Amino acid sequence: MTLTQRDPGTTRAARPPVRASIPAIVASRVRVELLTFLRVRDQVIFTFLFPTILFLIFATVFGDDQAGSVPFAQYFLPGMIASGLLLVSFQNLAITIAMERSDGTLKRLAGTPMPPAAYFAGKIALVLVIGVAQLMLLLTVAKLGYDVPLPSGAQRWATFAWVSALSVASGTLAGIAFSSVPKTGKSASAVVTPVVLVLQFISGVFFAIGDVPPWMRRVSEIFPLKWTAQGLRSVFLPASYAAEEPAGSWQHAPMAIVLVGWCILGLVLSLRTFRWSGQEQR
Amino acid sequence: MTTTTITTDTAIRVRGLRKKYGDTSAVDGLDLDVRRGEVFALLGPNGSGKTTTTEILEGYRRRDAGEVEVLGVDPQTGGRDWRAKIGIVLQTSASSEDLTVAELVRSFAVFYQPRSYDEAEVIAAVGLQDSANVRAGKLSGGQRRRLDVALGIVGKPEILFLDEPTTGFDSQARRDFWELIRSLAAEGTTVLLTTHYLEEAEQLADRVGVIAAGRLVALDTPAQLGGRTQAAATVHWLENGIAQAVQTATPGEFVCGLAGRFDGEIPGLTVLRPTLEDTYLRLVGDPV
Repeated sequence: MTLTQRDPGTTRAARPPVRASIPAIVASRVRVELLTFLRVRDQVIFTFLFPTILFLIFATVFGDDQAGSVPFAQYFLPGMIASGLLLVSFQNLAITIAMERSDGTLKRLAGTPMPPAAYFAGKIALVLVIGVAQLMLLLTVAKLGYDVPLPSGAQRWATFAWVSALSVASGTLAGIAFSSVPKTGKSASAVVTPVVLVLQFISGVFFAIGDVPPWMRRVSEIFPLKWTAQGLRSVFLPASYAAEEPAGSWQHAPMAIVLVGWCILGLVLSLRTFRWSGQEQR
Repeated sequence: MTTTTITTDTAIRVRGLRKKYGDTSAVDGLDLDVRRGEVFALLGPNGSGKTTTTEILEGYRRRDAGEVEVLGVDPQTGGRDWRAKIGIVLQTSASSEDLTVAELVRSFAVFYQPRSYDEAEVIAAVGLQDSANVRAGKLSGGQRRRLDVALGIVGKPEILFLDEPTTGFDSQARRDFWELIRSLAAEGTTVLLTTHYLEEAEQLADRVGVIAAGRLVALDTPAQLGGRTQAAATVHWLENGIAQAVQTATPGEFVCGLAGRFDGEIPGLTVLRPTLEDTYLRLVGDPV
């Protein structure tokens, strides 16, 4: 174990300051995040493929049923997209960051000249890449396998875009904040997954929102998932379905307010609570 | 006189450092100076404040009182340029199990451009050239530790912090590692080493500091620590097949006298000074 001599130009007296380019560092972080994600089979299955698997099961089981004037698959698709966006952002980050904090990855990074923002840029890029890939997979399966029509008209695509973007942004920020809740990396899945599961049930992504008891609906209105699912229903269902909503309309304005509110809350909590090392040692 | 900032001879300067956790003082008025290019070993029992001190120097923890300078910068305010001059090998290996050795080294090297070591060179330096494409999760404990070292040195640090770096190494790997540290030191890298292996401190360190209850209780070269060279020696020999031992402050004189009683060689003669371990245990007040 020896190192060959340093280049003459890098001796102590002549050391240049670090000029590592931020784009190069961010690119490296994105690569690290994507490689790590793709190599963990649990994550690929339970975060990336899960909504598509659920969609296939539901659409197959209830394949011949109608939900009003549209086939069940079409009615069910918005909820699965909303769930998927929550999984790739909130669940994914809350679990992986908790694990990286617990196993010392964050602490080691904090000891390097990496700008902290580069770490978050890598995480955000990961969420965007797998989020878009998951969305495309779901849409492809729904369109080709179950003949679900894609959104019609620029206005619906625009709604699709802003609802998805705000949903992912709020899920990402809330996920970074929530990563401080699990005490250890080992408990991260056990702490985060039930939260997501309960949210999915009370937000009515697995069945018609009208079937959710009113008190449960009140609770779900506090959280982003209910609003994301509702926004996506307004994208994929006929306009007449607005009347089926508990409020009798798509409620785009309160939807935007709640989602933006969660972005702000997630950001503030993240800034106040994020730690690069676990609390375990003194 | 020029006004250029010239690097001073002091790499680490600590005065009156204090850190409390609740009511417990972890570090209680510690002073320390480490010269540039020096290999300095910090020894101390668990809970002595060793890791807290190191982590304050590394910029991970905030101090309650005192002055701290590492490479002329307060670690609490050290920015990217300061971080780039510092290499850290933490006590516990970080996982990142799903990336290969080469991928991890590359991902850290990018932080230090244009100054980092060539990644293949660093991987070879820690003896992982045959495992470069192995995922970290598949490495043995000792190999993991070497990977930690590779990530700590890839940016050509001016100061390298090593917190119990050779835990899990077999004796050959430990010797190889010592060679690596010597080669870094030969290039002028300052090394602050904490270790439980006293032999490691004796092999590597120019000076040893012993810390107990948050204070520096001894500071010297390994050979002279705690007055080892002046301490009473024990002379062992065999007489009529029976082991004899005498403690004496003047072993030379005693052996001369002994030689007079024997015809020529003294059977089984050994003269022992307290080992570094004996001295260390006495200093930290271990009842052993």
